[in-house]
Amino acid sequence: MLITCPYCGPRDVIEFTYQGDGNRERPNPASQDLEAWNAYVYDRLNPAGDHNEIWQHSGGCRAHLRMVRNTLTHEISSVAFVRGAAANTKSGGKP
Amino acid sequence: MAEHQIPQRQSPLEPDYRVGSHGDFEHGVDVILTETRPGSILQLAAWPGEEKMLMSAIRAITGLALPDGAGGGATDGARAAFGFAPGRFTVVDETEGLAASFARVVTPAIGTVTDLSHGRTAIRIAGPKAEWVLAKLFAIDFALSAFPLGAGRSTTHHDVFTQIQRTGADQFDMYVFRSFARSFWKTLCHASEEVGYEVQ
Ligand SMILES: [Zn+2]
Repeated sequence: MLITCPYCGPRDVIEFTYQGDGNRERPNPASQDLEAWNAYVYDRLNPAGDHNEIWQHSGGCRAHLRMVRNTLTHEISSVAFVRGAAANTKSGGKP
Repeated sequence: MAEHQIPQRQSPLEPDYRVGSHGDFEHGVDVILTETRPGSILQLAAWPGEEKMLMSAIRAITGLALPDGAGGGATDGARAAFGFAPGRFTVVDETEGLAASFARVVTPAIGTVTDLSHGRTAIRIAGPKAEWVLAKLFAIDFALSAFPLGAGRSTTHHDVFTQIQRTGADQFDMYVFRSFARSFWKTLCHASEEVGYEVQ
């Protein structure tokens, strides 16, 4: 499987580390909403198809990446820096 | 007057650094391996939005103008610089003291300077089979069209993180963690045996 890092270009999957489900929304650290924390820690969509994921190019530029990967075909339809996506969220739009 | 004692940096490759020709050299030496032992190896990082300021600082201190774009780099033989990650650059000088020069111009508003001179080992491979040998170790494209002169790449060989800069049409400089350097060196020597190699 090849992942096209926005900085380094296409690289073997062995250079990357999976950092988890990209759909989770972390509750406010001060939150005492147990349902929200439970959902953050345990609830996963587990789709058969496109899936939002966070990866790190740990064996390359070390950037954190937001990716959409198809769990049936391994096709990767988008890769972007998490830093850029986070900046978009701040300015209003959802990633 | 007493003679000054200049501390000599020891090479981590020493026990396995055997000057001379090795492997299948009877049919010709197709790569030359050397430890270049630069005096300064720095990592510079720009805060988001300050990349251009940092690149100007690199130009002011080293005289090297880096091209825009991922992995862009340049070398003049004595100094070398290349991007290895977004907003991050490796800068190398034959002589010591580069960190002090950068500390004066890379202000806290621009970014950071980290002196890795004692933490990295610099290994050069040169010769007509340099691309061939490296392609056995790293899963990246070493062709000149894909990996232009001066450009840098961050990659790994069996989890040994390596920064590679093309410093000639058939020459590459590699920077590896000092603690992994001897193991990496031995791997590189084994990979070079079939083409015949010389350690200088
Ligand atoms: Zn990368």
